[in-house]
Amino acid sequence: MKRQILLSASMATLAGLMLVDALPAEASPRAFVTNERDHTMTVLDMETLKVIDTIKTGRRPRGIIASPDGKLIYVCASDDNRVEVYDAATLKLVKTLRSGPDPELFVLHPSGNPLYIANEDDNMVTVVNVENNDLIAEIPVGVEPEGMGISPDGKYMVNTSETTNMAHVVDTSNNEIIENILVDSRPRIAEFSKDGKQLWVSAEVGGTVAVIDPATWKIIKKISFKIPGVADDAIQPVGVRITKDGSKAFIALGPANHVAVVDAKTLDVEKYLLVGQRVWQLGFTPDEKFILSTNGNSNDISVIDVANEKVTKSVTVGRLPWGVVVVP
Amino acid sequence: MKRMASAVGATLIALACVSGLAGAQDANAPPLAAPAAPPLSAKPAAAIGPEQTFLIGVVRQLPEPPPWIAPLQMPPDDLGIAGAELGIRDNLTSGRFLKLDYKLTSEIVPTDGDPLPAVQKLVEAGDRFILLDVPPDALLKIADAYKDRDVVFINVGATDDRLRQQDCRANVFHIAPSRSMLTDALAQFLVTKRWQNWFLMVGRTDNDKLYAEAVRRSAKKFGAKIVAEKTWDYGPDARATAQSEVPRGTQIGEYDLLIVADELGEFGDILPYNTWLPRPIAGTQGLMALSWHPTMENWGASQLQSRFFKRSKRMMQPLDFQMWQGVFAVGSASLKTRNSGPAKVKAQMLSPDYDLPVFKGVAATFRDWDQQLRQPILLTHATNTVTLSPQAGFLHQSSPLDTLGFDRPESLCKLK
Repeated sequence: MKRQILLSASMATLAGLMLVDALPAEASPRAFVTNERDHTMTVLDMETLKVIDTIKTGRRPRGIIASPDGKLIYVCASDDNRVEVYDAATLKLVKTLRSGPDPELFVLHPSGNPLYIANEDDNMVTVVNVENNDLIAEIPVGVEPEGMGISPDGKYMVNTSETTNMAHVVDTSNNEIIENILVDSRPRIAEFSKDGKQLWVSAEVGGTVAVIDPATWKIIKKISFKIPGVADDAIQPVGVRITKDGSKAFIALGPANHVAVVDAKTLDVEKYLLVGQRVWQLGFTPDEKFILSTNGNSNDISVIDVANEKVTKSVTVGRLPWGVVVVP
Repeated sequence: MKRMASAVGATLIALACVSGLAGAQDANAPPLAAPAAPPLSAKPAAAIGPEQTFLIGVVRQLPEPPPWIAPLQMPPDDLGIAGAELGIRDNLTSGRFLKLDYKLTSEIVPTDGDPLPAVQKLVEAGDRFILLDVPPDALLKIADAYKDRDVVFINVGATDDRLRQQDCRANVFHIAPSRSMLTDALAQFLVTKRWQNWFLMVGRTDNDKLYAEAVRRSAKKFGAKIVAEKTWDYGPDARATAQSEVPRGTQIGEYDLLIVADELGEFGDILPYNTWLPRPIAGTQGLMALSWHPTMENWGASQLQSRFFKRSKRMMQPLDFQMWQGVFAVGSASLKTRNSGPAKVKAQMLSPDYDLPVFKGVAATFRDWDQQLRQPILLTHATNTVTLSPQAGFLHQSSPLDTLGFDRPESLCKLK
């Protein structure tokens, strides 16, 4: 009996493997999730929500993004001090790039080059040419640089420094800091709206998200959060994603285990969605029907239906899932 | 007297040079590649007010050395000061964007010396924010000597409860956790574990007696029971005889856990594995309640640890962390005040929008009733941080952090 089960299980695995091999180039969208404690990256099929592969990465993979065409996946291997580039179709490591010490988060220029990397240990942002791995610049910023955002036109790169509590705005034409915006404690993420008219900066310990007007670099509003039954100091905003049409924003609230849905026009919080534990980063599917959240302490991701603002499923991934990106 | 700002300035210049080099290297970069950032000083960021300099001093009186020191516990020469220096460096990194400058001056006073003249020297040199790691009586003497003067003192060393209670002073902030905060943190965890019957072993010093008093208070507060209590009377150095004496000295019947009050480190470390019954040890040794420990790595702590290690080539100890916090507390306020007036900085440190991210998962803030920094406390043994208190389930109407130490209704402090 037992043997039979084993046999069928292994056959299923075999079938699974064959299926992966047989996947046509235009398969359904895939999600890539970095697992910080496992030193791996989980690959999910977004049609079936099944794990199709787990790839060994460098040590302590955290930040993860895709090239604009979705063909390459960039991963910060923080403890190996490098950026790894994977082929999103074959799942093979294509190359590694210099990153400066302890890379955590990064952002690609909208054209796909260069790459701006926050070096958490070194109070610097490293700018790297992804084609030839050349070091373009090192920009001194505040203490513990972390969040990285870039305006849709590529003119401004924004870095947040966690201990300085500022968002530093860099002119990408000369890599000079042109503005420093004081926000609340431990700013984590900087995210522009697709029309470039808003910059959102989450402050983890401060418990707020500052919405900034890039025309003046002034804060328009600080969004704060209140969840019945959750202590205020457990509400720690981290990941921020805004829909392309600029209607809704989703904000991961860390140990509050909720994702806030914010009306991006009125900047009012509409709803709180219960997800897994220590929700960290977020990633939309290319059609924006779903947004995924990485839940670090429950080792899973939650799938959120964007239109209905409902959590539809959770999928187990590796230990301490950190970042997520979905490609077509 | 040691000024370190010039060294930090040199580091900044070095950083700027690195970026300059990067630019030179990049002559053949593709069109997208932009030239490197010039030194920041070349073009100041936003339009800002006049430059402000924050002069921060540290006075540390060397404590009485214990009769013996275990090899792993040899205190480094720059204990504490190294943390303050890192704090200055962090402040400079942040403050330069707003044209704010910080300078640190440290004074070390011998064990039998008087720290007041050292403070006077600093104040005369213009220091208005002074970190103190001195005994409680000296601290009160200093605070009273500068009553109604424009100087803010930050206690980074003394854990004495009375400094937060009947002997509190309006010109003193407390970064160091009080003994009661430490023993409350431990008590919450032990009660959560249902290790509620304690055997208390108290050392011979006055400070040990104060620690024991805090343990008794915490036991009462959280419903634990002290089933036996003994004073350590096997001399200051019982290493050679521990194996025969400790088993005899710990035959007191049943108990869950031995709590040791030995702040000097005379005997606490020889108790584990020498007790009559196989029981864990907690308190000043064994499972210790601390503000910081090298094994702390969550909530971004590993970044602070590695910044410290890179600079000082050793691990960050509690006093290093407390001094870093003291300097960082002024730095954080300065970004908001952009003014080095002590009254303005003090007001900012007490304002509702002030919080200090101290790598412990939640923000630390100052209690307005006694100016004590409320912050989570680590429970750690030599090689691992076991947990941080407050423990889940200890509720409070305003902040769970106020379940540690003296809460507003219990406060005897009248700030003046």
